[in-house]
Parts: sequence; C-alpha cells; structure tokens
Amino acid sequence: MRLSYPADIKVIQVPCTGRVDILHLLNAIEDGADGVYVAGCLEGECHYIEGNLKARRKVNYVKKTLTELGIEPERVEMYNLSSAQGARFAEIAIEMVEKIKALGPSPIKSSHAA
Amino acid sequence: MSELKSGSNLEKVLTAGHFAFTGECGPPKGANVEHLIEKFQYLKGNVDAVNITDNQTAVVRMSSLAASKLMIDEGLEPNFQMVCRDRNRLAMMSDILGAHALGIRNMLCLSGDHQTFGNHPQAKNVHDIDSMQLIALVKKMRDEGKFMNDEDIDVPPKMFIGAACNPFADPYEYRVYRLANKITAGADFIQTQCIFNMDKFRDFMKKVVDMGLHEKCYILAGVTPMKNAGMANFMSKYVPGMDIPDSLINRLKSVDKRDQAEEGIKFALEQIEEFKEMEGVAGVHMMAIEWEHRVPEIAERAKVLPRPVV
Amino acid sequence: MIVADRKSLQEILAMVKDDKKILIVGCKGCVTVCNVGGLKEVEILTSSMKIARKKEGNPIDIDINVLERQCDNEYVAEISESVNDYDAVISLACGVGPQFLSEMYKDQTFYPGVNTTFFGGATQHGVWEERCAGCGTCAIHNFGGLCPIARCAKSLMNGPCGGSSNGVCEINKDTDCIWDAIVRKKMEAGELEDLMGVKGIKDWRTARHGGPRRSIREELVQGNI
Repeated sequence: MRLSYPADIKVIQVPCTGRVDILHLLNAIEDGADGVYVAGCLEGECHYIEGNLKARRKVNYVKKTLTELGIEPERVEMYNLSSAQGARFAEIAIEMVEKIKALGPSPIKSSHAA
Repeated sequence: MSELKSGSNLEKVLTAGHFAFTGECGPPKGANVEHLIEKFQYLKGNVDAVNITDNQTAVVRMSSLAASKLMIDEGLEPNFQMVCRDRNRLAMMSDILGAHALGIRNMLCLSGDHQTFGNHPQAKNVHDIDSMQLIALVKKMRDEGKFMNDEDIDVPPKMFIGAACNPFADPYEYRVYRLANKITAGADFIQTQCIFNMDKFRDFMKKVVDMGLHEKCYILAGVTPMKNAGMANFMSKYVPGMDIPDSLINRLKSVDKRDQAEEGIKFALEQIEEFKEMEGVAGVHMMAIEWEHRVPEIAERAKVLPRPVV
Repeated sequence: MIVADRKSLQEILAMVKDDKKILIVGCKGCVTVCNVGGLKEVEILTSSMKIARKKEGNPIDIDINVLERQCDNEYVAEISESVNDYDAVISLACGVGPQFLSEMYKDQTFYPGVNTTFFGGATQHGVWEERCAGCGTCAIHNFGGLCPIARCAKSLMNGPCGGSSNGVCEINKDTDCIWDAIVRKKMEAGELEDLMGVKGIKDWRTARHGGPRRSIREELVQGNI
C-alpha cells in the first residue's frame, strides 16, 4: 500500500501471535526497548483458533509485572487487526510510537544512552 | 521506679526492694472448690502471690481464670497464668480483659507443655501467637490501651507481666539472650523453672548480671522441695526441661525413705539461703505442688516470715 | 513433595469387604517418589488383598492402572471408559487424587488407600521428613533458612521453648528441636542479633486457617474462572 509508518519500529514476524512468549516481551524491555507491541488477528478470527487470545493474556501478565517494577505498563500493548487492514497497521504504528515518545525513554536505560 | 504498673501486691513488694516469696497452687481436676480453698489457707499470709496454673502439663483442670477469682475472694493474690497452647489471640485478649475485671493484677505468659504430655493428646493445639508475642501483647494492652489490631480499649487491663525462664534448657548459651528478649518484649518479672543444679544456675546468673538484665526485671528463682528420691527420679526422666544432678538424687537415696522428705526440704532451705544473697535474684518462687500444707513450715524455716505488707 | 503412608491392610480390606471387582489406581507423582502409591506398590497391594480374600474364601477381582497424575483432569479422564465397571475403586494417590476422581465420576465410590501427611523430602533413602506446613507466607530466610512453623511442635516464632534439651524436642527424642538448630546456626555465623527482639505476629489468613485456598495464574486461564 506504500503507506509510511515510523522507522522507530522493528517488526518481528511470527506465524501467529500465540507464538509470542512472555519471555520475548520481557527480554525486549530488558535489552532496552522503549516499548513492545503485539499485533494479532481480530478476536474470533485467529487462524490458529485462540493464539491471539493467549497473546493478550501474556501481554496483560507483562503489564502487571512492569507495574510492580514501577515501569509504565503502557510500554507493552496488544492490538488486533486483520491482515487486510494495511491502513490500520500504519495507524497502530504511529499511535504506539507517539505514546512511547510521550512516555520518554525506558527507565532502565542509563541517562547517556544514545 | 515511679508509678506502679498494676498496683498488685507482688509488684509493690518487689518495687519496695523486699525479697519476694511466691507460691504455687494447681486448680482441681474438677469443680471441687472446697479442696482448692483448703489449699489456699496454707498459703495465705505465707507468700506474696500464688501462681495458679493453666492446664499444666496439658492435663485438664479448672481454668486459671476461675481459680484466680476464687483465690481473690479468699483474700490471697493470684498470679494468673495463660499458655499459648490452648487459646488464640481473640480468646487471650478476651480473657485478659476478664481477668482485670475480676480483680486479677499479675499475669504469667507461657508457651505451655505440648498436649502429647497430657491426658488429651488427640487435641489440636493453637499456638496462634507464642509466649514472647503474648508478653508484648499484654504490655501493648496495658501501656498503649490498644488491642493487637490497634483499636482502643475502653478501660485498659493493668497487669504486672510475668514470664518463665528455663536456664537448664538448650542451647544453654542462648538462654540468657532469650531472657533478654522476654524483658525487651515487656516482662516485669521472671520466674525460673525449678532449680536443682546450683552450679549451672550460678553460672547463668553471672551472665544475667553481666548483661544488666536484673536491673530491668525482677528475677525469682524457682524452688521445688523433693518429697523423696522417687520424685527426683521421675522428674528427671519425664518432666520436660529438668536438670537434676545425680548428687541430689543420691543425697535423697542415702537416707531412709521416711527421712527423704526432710532431706528434700533441707536442700530447698539451703538454696533459699543462697538465693537471698545471690546477685540478681529478687526473690524465690516456691513450687510445692500438692504439698501446699508444708509451705507454712518451709516459709518459717526459711525465715521469710512475716511477709512484708506494703 | 507430598508424603503419604499406606493405610493398613485391615482398613483397606474393610472398605471393600462386600465388593467383588475393584480397580486400584496409582499415581506417578509424589506417591511414586515416596514409594507408597506407584506401580510397584499398587501391585503389592493387589497381591496382598488377593491373598487375604482367598484366605477367607471370598476371592476378589482386581484391575490396576497408574496415571501420570491424579491431580489433573486430563489424566483422570483416561479411565472414563472402564471406571464404572467396578464395584469400587481404591486410589493410592495423595488426598487430592481420590477427590478429583470422585468429582469427575460421580457414580463411582473412591476409597483413599493412603493417609496423606505432609510436605517433605527424603533425608535418606526410605526416610521422609516434614519441612513445610503450607502457611502461605514463607519467611524461612528470617530463621537461617529453616522453618519453625512446620518444624517446631509449637510453631514458635521466638523459640526455643523451655523443653528443648540436647537439640531434641520435648515431645519425642526422635524429633529434632528446630530452634536449637536455628539458634546454633545463627551463633556460629555470628548473627545472633537477627534473633534479638520479638518476631512479628503471624497472619494466618494465608494458611489453611483462612479457609480452603486457591492459586490462580491469570495468564493461563481461558475464559472465566
């Protein structure tokens, strides 16, 4: 569709968001990501039946953990869209980046990090 | 010492600097008030206060609370006892308030012998809180006027708080620290387990004095006159926490059976004489269980009569 | 893990005295580890019961099965085809097993073949000792890594009591006084100050005293609980 979305995002493709593990999300934050989001199929339309529902529960678990640690839970998010929704994909990307920019860099990064 | 914490006779006697002499009495294994009152008469006027035990050795007897009130009615001062084995914190606080309302002003906080020693070993035990925490609880109720949950008590109970100490239990090196903990928790007076091993007790008291504990709390040395060698043997084997040197058992065995009781009393009298002079010892706690009728004679011979009136 | 002891043969035989055909179900979990309810023990019980019943001239037919665990319905479901073919079923799993069985198969009678006792571990081959009382608020690090709630006969938090003698608890010469161990450990490490003062009063709500408990991992629950 040639729509642009911010270059601040690194996309990792998975066959189903059910493949995403709690550890993937935590490791991303641990390694310095300012935010992580999971984009899965619309609920009820998962190709693997319930993978996207499991992903949402895992995202909620990570949000709780971050809150316990004093880090903003909004840094990790779950979105649902269909693979046909190109415009929505760009929209989500912009929304997420703007949200993270407003929150500022991840609190675990030392002040002089690039 | 400024204001009295409870106004009890025992507190007044100790605060005035007299050598205290307390006794002990076990409630009946039934509701036999008559026999209990008989026992009281032997102790009346011969001791400053009388411990009234709480299901001692986990054998069911009339409650210490009820027996304490009966004692007050007869004109003696009770040392109400509460063990942690049989009551949870609710029942404890409730009984403490009841005790104060009935005129009781001394309270001994104990863990309690395990129920397997007693006559109902199948029972569940409680141990919601332990004796250290109970001491702290009574102090909180008395001095802060608050329940355990910090709610206010309308009329706080005024108790002179006692605790037990067993210098002969293990680990021996730790016992003086545990005593220090009880004093920190709020114990006003301590009664030790009955002493037979004088060498060990002298050593223990040296440690107590070194730590200055005798200045923060009144320590009463426990004395139990042996009725005969059989009793010494039995206690040595079956009563938890006893340290009875062979020298004592042999001393009792060396005399004729009829004279063993007198020998036992002689030993007790020798102990009392030494305790009067021992640094850190503020008095004696005489546990002549089921031998209350000998207490007047022992008190006389120990030259602790008449008891001071403060 | 969970430790149990087998009920006496008399007690088990009495449970099924009027039954002709029974199933004995073992479990590959804790009871296998403490040698009371695994395949070997199921077979031994089967043979013992057959001997007893032959002796009284009233033979009994016994089938056996050993499930991966009896505390997970997916394994409990494995016996659905045949479970009702029996007059009764004896489970050698811990107390959880026969309950899961009873809840899934409402028309069958399940007897516990073992008395479940405690959470513990093997201190030597063949000997298991209690270590944990499941109080729900673990604080063993305050006691040198040892638990006074489970291992002190009076669950003292400020022990030892006056009955501790030679490192042994007053109730039984075979029972160690855990407070003796805690105190000695602290003294040897020069950390006696950790035992000074009064340890805080326990909140028993997280223990069984607060009522039957449940443990939920929200990230794993599908749908509503």
